[in-house]
Amino acid sequence: MAQLSYLEAISDALRVAMGEDERVILLGEDIGVHGGAFKVTDGLLAEFGADRVIDTPICEEAIVGGAVGAAIVGMRPVCEMQFADFVACAFDQIVNVAGKLHYRLGVAVPIVVRLPSGGGFSGGPYHSQNPEAWFLHSPGLKVLAPSSAEDAKGLLLAAIADPNPVLFLEHKNLYRRVRGEVAEGSYETPFTARTVRDGDDLVVIAYGAMVHTALEAIEQLPDASIRLLDLRSLAPLDEDAILAAVRDCSKVVVVDEANYTCAMGAQVSSVIAERAFEWLEGPIVRVAAPDVPIPFAPALESAVLPSVERIRAACDELLAY
Amino acid sequence: MRVASNQAAPPNQPAESLSKDRRRSPAARSEPLAAERGAEPPYLDRDDRVALFRFMVLHRAIEERGVSLYKQGKVPGSFYDGRGQEATCVGAAFALGPADPVCPLIRDLGAHLVKGTSPRAVLAHYLGRPGGVSAAREGNVHFGDATLGVLGMVSMLPDMMPVAVGMAMAFKLRREARCSLALFGDGATSVGDWHEAMNFAAVQRVPAIFVLEHNGYAYSTPSSRQFVVDPVERAAAYGMLGVSVDGNDVEAVFDVVRQARERALAGGGPTLIAAHTMRMHGHGLHDDASYVPAEQLAEWAARDPIALQRARLVALGVDVETISASVTAEVDQATTEALAMPLPDPATATTGVFCDGEAIPMGLGLAPWSGFR
Repeated sequence: MAQLSYLEAISDALRVAMGEDERVILLGEDIGVHGGAFKVTDGLLAEFGADRVIDTPICEEAIVGGAVGAAIVGMRPVCEMQFADFVACAFDQIVNVAGKLHYRLGVAVPIVVRLPSGGGFSGGPYHSQNPEAWFLHSPGLKVLAPSSAEDAKGLLLAAIADPNPVLFLEHKNLYRRVRGEVAEGSYETPFTARTVRDGDDLVVIAYGAMVHTALEAIEQLPDASIRLLDLRSLAPLDEDAILAAVRDCSKVVVVDEANYTCAMGAQVSSVIAERAFEWLEGPIVRVAAPDVPIPFAPALESAVLPSVERIRAACDELLAY
Repeated sequence: MRVASNQAAPPNQPAESLSKDRRRSPAARSEPLAAERGAEPPYLDRDDRVALFRFMVLHRAIEERGVSLYKQGKVPGSFYDGRGQEATCVGAAFALGPADPVCPLIRDLGAHLVKGTSPRAVLAHYLGRPGGVSAAREGNVHFGDATLGVLGMVSMLPDMMPVAVGMAMAFKLRREARCSLALFGDGATSVGDWHEAMNFAAVQRVPAIFVLEHNGYAYSTPSSRQFVVDPVERAAAYGMLGVSVDGNDVEAVFDVVRQARERALAGGGPTLIAAHTMRMHGHGLHDDASYVPAEQLAEWAARDPIALQRARLVALGVDVETISASVTAEVDQATTEALAMPLPDPATATTGVFCDGEAIPMGLGLAPWSGFR
């Protein structure tokens, strides 16, 4: 075991995967010589060479399309979008090519697309987005969003081993803020939810950076028994864990950092409304960013992103229902 | 074929037999092809030349049968054919080795056939039968038998170009003597993916071949409304060789693709080949193509690719009528068998979205015709 930051855990996963399997190659902008905009791939060029750590032109469609091509002839490419926001430029290759090849033609596409996502540091509208919902609606894609260093490594290793296209949302605001014990070598974290904190008065369901925001909010309510469920995997969605938590707690707050409409939380709410209605003792409460771009100025950004205060208030109100 | 693989040309050596003038239109060609000079074309023996003819005849015969079945209401959806473009896809695919993957476009049935897809599988596919190529999932011209190294296209164009670059990147990385080939139309050269793929392929110097089927129209929009500069001229700007060829001459197409493949395998990087041809039908059967001038169609009808190859074979004393009759019989038999196949079970509609076993790479191809081992 070693104490690693979330970022170091992701780096470690890449290093372990590349050391174990020569089919694993990395593609992305500035990932080689520069080591990546956030230094996630720092040192990998020296260790594995320019054949396997490929600095690409600025061409997100060709990065993902190229990864698809390499994958279907036997490689295991891991692409980096420099910021998750830029995945919009690769949308077509992900949704129309990677996501549908197995259903259409029986061709498996084992690629991973790493998406440094999320806001909270004045990145502005194009360096702060949480684009997961774009892909949740599209068949054939798996979508992961770890919140801890341990899960970041285990989920990334599992994603690389998976025979399907996987979008891996790594929250930029967790890169250096979150640290934890991380096992050395190879291990895989299952694509299921994780109970972060037990409780039975209310459950908060969150993922990514919002797990930490929610935890802070819950700790400010010591008199209530509040469970925290970290989804970890958005697709596949661990519906059994969600339903079990609702059955045990009867009250639910669902948190997204992403924009409100059609977000992951909307789907979670829908699953609960359809399948756990009889167990509810109050309305499903959602906390999410409003449907606006993420603004730059700190005063504006913090008015938009879900805060500890908003989550705490939502829990308070629901507990009193 | 007489000559086996890896007769490598020096990297970046331009193909000497290619005349730049050919890029404008077939009429503007200044240099006669080897066959027109009466010379024996390099690499192709008599059997190969017959095979090229037969694949083109088979391509047309299957599509004509598809049209007929469509008009009888037996083919669901819409229907698109490649009449007039048979030489480009057949000649290009014929120049590949069995382990070289190909990404055909909707008018490239011949490439599937050359790679080994059976007429029965194609017709079953048109008819929405699970015994066809895509388990009845794909639209009727988007199929591809991956076990034979054929990657079925998607409707967004030219999405398979970046994919072909990635395949070639893997071959280069693994030091395999393979290349990838992607076909696309003139309309696709206006899309961003085209630029990204051309640039990335050139930067990485991958063994990829890009075949532009310049058939005059992107649906209804003529080339003059798509670009000012002939796309083949852009190749130089990306740092790769661009060559033009008469897309209706199957042996000429074969030869430029053969040379591009040699260049690719020798480390000379990608090549852009512009095959000038003409879409002789509408975009699909729903399109009467009334926007195409009759004189233009008449000019190209006089240069039909199958008639051109037929004339060569007749001059060699080949019994072309027997070949054509054998194709008709094969398509008749395939049609009967395809129609007898069961329709898909609706319960299978939701299966297979994800791979839940090992990711099996695309096949290495089984095409027994290839001399490039």
